[in-house]
Amino acid sequence: MRTLEDLITAAPIFAGLSQEHLSLIAGCAANEHFAPGAQLFREGTPADQFFLIREGAVALEVDALARGTIVIETLHRNDVVGWSWLFEPYRWQFDARASGPTRVVAFDGACLRGKCEADHELGYQLMRRFAASLIERLQATRLQLLDVYGHAPTP
Amino acid sequence: MVPAPFALRSKRQETADTWTLELEPRGGPALEFAPGQFTMLSAFGTGEVPISISGDPDGEGRLVHTVRAVGLATKAICAAAPGDVLSVRGPFGRPWPVDDLTGGDVLIVAGGIGLAPLRPAILALLARRARYGRLVLLYGGRSPDQLLFAGELTEWADRGLDVAVTVDSAGPEWLGTVGVVPRLVRRAQFDHANASAVLCGPEVMMRFTVAALAQGGIGGDRVFASMERNMQCGIGHCGHCQLGPTLVCRDGPVYAWGELERWLAIREL
Repeated sequence: MRTLEDLITAAPIFAGLSQEHLSLIAGCAANEHFAPGAQLFREGTPADQFFLIREGAVALEVDALARGTIVIETLHRNDVVGWSWLFEPYRWQFDARASGPTRVVAFDGACLRGKCEADHELGYQLMRRFAASLIERLQATRLQLLDVYGHAPTP
Repeated sequence: MVPAPFALRSKRQETADTWTLELEPRGGPALEFAPGQFTMLSAFGTGEVPISISGDPDGEGRLVHTVRAVGLATKAICAAAPGDVLSVRGPFGRPWPVDDLTGGDVLIVAGGIGLAPLRPAILALLARRARYGRLVLLYGGRSPDQLLFAGELTEWADRGLDVAVTVDSAGPEWLGTVGVVPRLVRRAQFDHANASAVLCGPEVMMRFTVAALAQGGIGGDRVFASMERNMQCGIGHCGHCQLGPTLVCRDGPVYAWGELERWLAIREL
């Protein structure tokens, strides 16, 4: 059976971290399971966690009022769900829902923020990795905004 | 060069604005083609348009096109009823290098209507399944209701194609993936050292996909893309579809990305 530390070590987001830092991170982690349709978090509520998907998928959703609920992105195995725990005011910006049976490693954001404050090298290493993930997702979102499959002027 | 009359035999609606038309020659010979080629198609009186062939190259002599009704000519083509006669010139253009892909994994990356020109290649690859390693289809669309050949995707999966579909936007009833095609590339399982890719879709999507493939170690000489330009004569005479030193109707529409890269970097082209 794989320990939490094994799971964290194998995750691409944590690749290259020292054993000491991996152990610190594992100290803030726990396994969780979400049934299909279960809510991981809701917009506006305190963002005190983030998740690493082990199996399954998570849909990020926004309530667009008259247009109903819109899925803006789905996240899959080895993706990280949630950045809002890192930045004030520590509130979720979107809803997140399990698209199917989903297993995650859940991280206590306050616990990890505390460890980053105490060990700035850990904070820097984590911030580098989250920034890379943020940039990749930002670039994908920009492409999504282009609506490339919309009608082009053709004959 | 000379248009041939083809009768519309049947018509299937794929999405709100896209139809698949099955045509048969009216008196003349059946049209033989290679995956990736196109014809100049016309409903009389509305002008010709280049439309990729979407049928089975090993089929029974019927010509299949999947057409999105967005302009005068394509709306007239899609409005045709069974028995109506359309004019066809072709087939034209350089096809997908299906035989050259033998022995390795093949990624088929399609965006929107771009799945139509890739369908003949998919059918050809599946008909010779044992010759290839892993076959992976990464297909992106605007929304779930705009996905083409929805009924066939499962059938292709049963025949040995790994199918991953993503859409740009969806409601909560959609249990599939939401996001852009390049992100599918990162998740796809294939032998990076021994894989090639064939791409068709909006040019900007292909550019980002090529970047994702390059990150995975698949260079431009192993990536083939079908290009779209203003093709009018179809036979390399009029010059409307010039792309760098090439004419897309004659030298394309399928190119190795490495052939194109320097020309695509020039915005005016």
